[in-house]
Amino acid sequence: MNAQLSVLLPELLLAGMGMLILLVGVVGRPSERVAFFLTNLGLLSAMGGVVVVGERGSETFFAGMLQLDRFALFFRLLFLLSALLVVWLSRPFLLRAQQAPWEYYALILFATLGMSFLASGVHLAGLYVSLELMALSSYILAGYFRGEVKSHEAATKYFVLGALSSGILIYGLSLIYGVTGSLSLAEVSGKLAAGPRSVVATAGVFLLLSGLLFKVAAVPFHVWTPDVYEGAPTPMTAFFSVGPKAAAFAMLVRVLWVGLAPAAPDWRLLLSWVAAATMVWGNVAALTQENVKRMLAYSSIAHAGYALLGVVSGGALGTQAVLFYMLVYAVTNLGAFGLVVLLASKEYAGEKVNDFRGLARRQPLAAAAMLLFLLSLGGIPPTAGFMGKLYLFAAAVHAGYAWLAVVGVIMSAVSLYYYFRIVKEMYLASAEEGEAVAVLSEAWGVRALAVCALATLLFGVYPTSALAFLAPAAMIVPW
Amino acid sequence: MEFFSNLLNIICYLPLVGALFIIFFIKKENTKAIKLWATLFAGADFLISLALWFRYDPNGEPFQLVYKKPWIPAIGAQYFFGVDGISVLLILLTTLLGFIAVYSSFTAITHREKEYYVWLLVLQTGMLGVFMALDFVLFYVFWEVMLVPMYFLIGIWGGPRKLYAAIKFFLYTLVGSVLMLIGILALYFYNSSGFALVGLPGLGNAPTFDVTELMKVAPSMPLSLQKWIFLAFFVGFAIKVPMFPFHTWLPDAHVEAPTAGSVILAGVLLKMGTYGFLRFSLPLLPEASRWAVPWMVALAIIGIIYGALVAMAQQDMKKLVAYSSVSHLGFVMLGMFALNPQGLSGSLLQMINHGLSTGGLFLLVGIIYERRHTRGLSEFGGLAKVMPVYATLFMIITMASIGLPTLNGFVGELTILLGAFNRNTWWAVAAATGIVLGAAYMLWMYQRVFFGEVVHEENKNLPDANLREQWTLIPLVVLCFWIGLYPKPFFKIMEPSIRRVVQVVDPQYLQAPAASLPAPPAEKPGHGVAE
Repeated sequence: MNAQLSVLLPELLLAGMGMLILLVGVVGRPSERVAFFLTNLGLLSAMGGVVVVGERGSETFFAGMLQLDRFALFFRLLFLLSALLVVWLSRPFLLRAQQAPWEYYALILFATLGMSFLASGVHLAGLYVSLELMALSSYILAGYFRGEVKSHEAATKYFVLGALSSGILIYGLSLIYGVTGSLSLAEVSGKLAAGPRSVVATAGVFLLLSGLLFKVAAVPFHVWTPDVYEGAPTPMTAFFSVGPKAAAFAMLVRVLWVGLAPAAPDWRLLLSWVAAATMVWGNVAALTQENVKRMLAYSSIAHAGYALLGVVSGGALGTQAVLFYMLVYAVTNLGAFGLVVLLASKEYAGEKVNDFRGLARRQPLAAAAMLLFLLSLGGIPPTAGFMGKLYLFAAAVHAGYAWLAVVGVIMSAVSLYYYFRIVKEMYLASAEEGEAVAVLSEAWGVRALAVCALATLLFGVYPTSALAFLAPAAMIVPW
Repeated sequence: MEFFSNLLNIICYLPLVGALFIIFFIKKENTKAIKLWATLFAGADFLISLALWFRYDPNGEPFQLVYKKPWIPAIGAQYFFGVDGISVLLILLTTLLGFIAVYSSFTAITHREKEYYVWLLVLQTGMLGVFMALDFVLFYVFWEVMLVPMYFLIGIWGGPRKLYAAIKFFLYTLVGSVLMLIGILALYFYNSSGFALVGLPGLGNAPTFDVTELMKVAPSMPLSLQKWIFLAFFVGFAIKVPMFPFHTWLPDAHVEAPTAGSVILAGVLLKMGTYGFLRFSLPLLPEASRWAVPWMVALAIIGIIYGALVAMAQQDMKKLVAYSSVSHLGFVMLGMFALNPQGLSGSLLQMINHGLSTGGLFLLVGIIYERRHTRGLSEFGGLAKVMPVYATLFMIITMASIGLPTLNGFVGELTILLGAFNRNTWWAVAAATGIVLGAAYMLWMYQRVFFGEVVHEENKNLPDANLREQWTLIPLVVLCFWIGLYPKPFFKIMEPSIRRVVQVVDPQYLQAPAASLPAPPAEKPGHGVAE
């Protein structure tokens, strides 16, 4: 039992630290520095825990609920890293907005805890519980600024639609359970492969898929995204676009390719159309957005579409592409949102595209960083985004989905049009047209941005070590 | 020896180093120092690149000065630089024009100088990388890297419609290049071990983006697949060339870009498309290239005549030169798809020629635009009296562009016509029409600007080209005469590489009895000039 518990070291650290922060917040209310310090400590020690626990040679634990493998290792590190960067970005934001940090940081830790379990879950019930832990924390975080109407609205929408999607998902689970008599992915896979194709199982697969597609914000389950992203506190928007999304992709890959692989003929075609529709819809809708947060929300829908391309392609290459893209997308998108966080505008949710006007003249470094992130989102080398897309498109061509790759490629070109609207404001707007809202140089925010910018360049120029790390992680997919 | 194994790296990254140096060590108010250092870096790069001319051995290995290191082993992408006779010439053209572009911008650019020279230098690195990369991923990285600096050069320092032109240029070329990426991936997967793309068996070797490796195996792909990859490449390259009907971004981009931007656009960026055809499409997809000949030639000839006719109708000097590029690049494409040594070497030489003469024309138009802030043909007249030196330089470059004997354009066009004639008389006839039209609009422009009386009061006291302006043009003039009078060294450098391409794309041509062929231009190209 002890050996089993030690496997959970990172999760225990996260949970413990989260509760400690809540407790300290209630009991003592010391300075917000303490909360920030404890959160950092929690996340960093959890990272250390992940490294110590390592991969443990792909064992399953807790009666087949959890599996520790390179896949889980990678995602756990990714979630912790994203959470850490988001916490760094949140501090200046919370200070400016004069919001209490205690519950906020604790909830981030709990959401990360949920994701962490998701990464290693191989049992559908366990996966569902982890998903809800992550989602419930997110709902509260979306509405954390109680005074703001938009924040309210975001939380309500997120919660109602999220609960609905959970219902759909769990209905799917129950159908699958009914057919296979098991919720363990390995057993489900075995039963599906052995038995004849049944309508009930197919229905279950589709319902499960719908629930998961809601979580990754794929078309046609994307409608909540722009409103939630716009209304939530900006650091939380950054978090939602990266953490929970990557977690949902982790679950999607594992459930589809480990548990439901025998039913692939059922869902693969459908998923390929969803991927195409997501890429097209996300990019086209982003074209006309004036609010940067909404634009980035639609862009994140589009990016989910690109990543789905890797899920559809499957195989070791497709899986590796998805994982690498999640990493690349996390650093890039956190960077882009980070700049929006640090944009010193008056209202917290009113970031307009022309707030960036002339930024290159006033703060060339901030503008250069934003340029880097936007180029990476658009997939222009030598940035990480290009390498990520190269992998995804390669996987699609390899798996015989060249048409999907063509759609993705054309949509990347379209996406540059709206990314470059920000570039245009930053670099091309003339001095007479007014000045940018300043980007605040708050120490932790700047540190987070620096990490993102360096990672974006590094993974673009020299992706080798990241890819080498990911290759074994992709091996969870059998072929 | 160490120096030479890194020669290509040095040439490629020196401008980037210069850009970083300017970013970090020079204040933006200190415009003099910025100009000085930018010129020094670009100039040094040109001088170092001259080593290629002497180091490259035309009869040696196909690709020389190779620098090869593993880059992304997971997918077999390498950091692989190397040059052959085709790229050597284009690299030299790039470093020369890059230097001239920097040097010519001193008075034309009066705001945000630091950014300007930084982007110009970054662009230089991107372009040089394209001509050196022999790995598809590396090539694609450099190919895309160029877009961003050019976008800024047009968008910040351009004319009145700069925003529109910049984004149009960006998106147009981007769409082309990303489709090319799909072609690259198809090529990659098809030629990797045991893998079957669209149900076809692989050729049983390790997956690679290595162009030299692919040249060995890709030509034996089935035609059906070659056609698809050819089309994917075609979109990418044809937009860059630009071939009719993909040319519509070019007049906008050229007219709005600052002078140096236009020089680089016309001089180097347009060559990327033709280089792409020559380096990748022909040798990798020979069957598809032969299949495409009628289409390509038709588009080339339409481009020649259409470009010339539209140029004739222009009132704006820069637009006229821009459309003349469409026409000239049509020639280049025609020569290339003649698929014989004459056509191909003429095509390559004409790429260089076009870089020199059109680059020169844009510089000249820039000079007069700086003085008068207009480029309308009707705004001028009689300038020959006011600005004699300028008029002389303009005359020489115009003649080079028209293709007057003793100047470079003549040698290029003649060689292309020989190649085209060799395939089909009618191609040569149609192309010759373009030459006549070209002479017409260029001379007409020259007449309207320089001859007659000075009708506009503002033009009476225009200062002649100053020393710096003259020096930006003199290297071009010298090269125009050199290639026009003694093109042999140029043909000598390209000849073996060109023959290798022909060997793949149309082997029968080289095996045909020598008597039935006209003398290859590489032997005595000077004769045509003298007669």
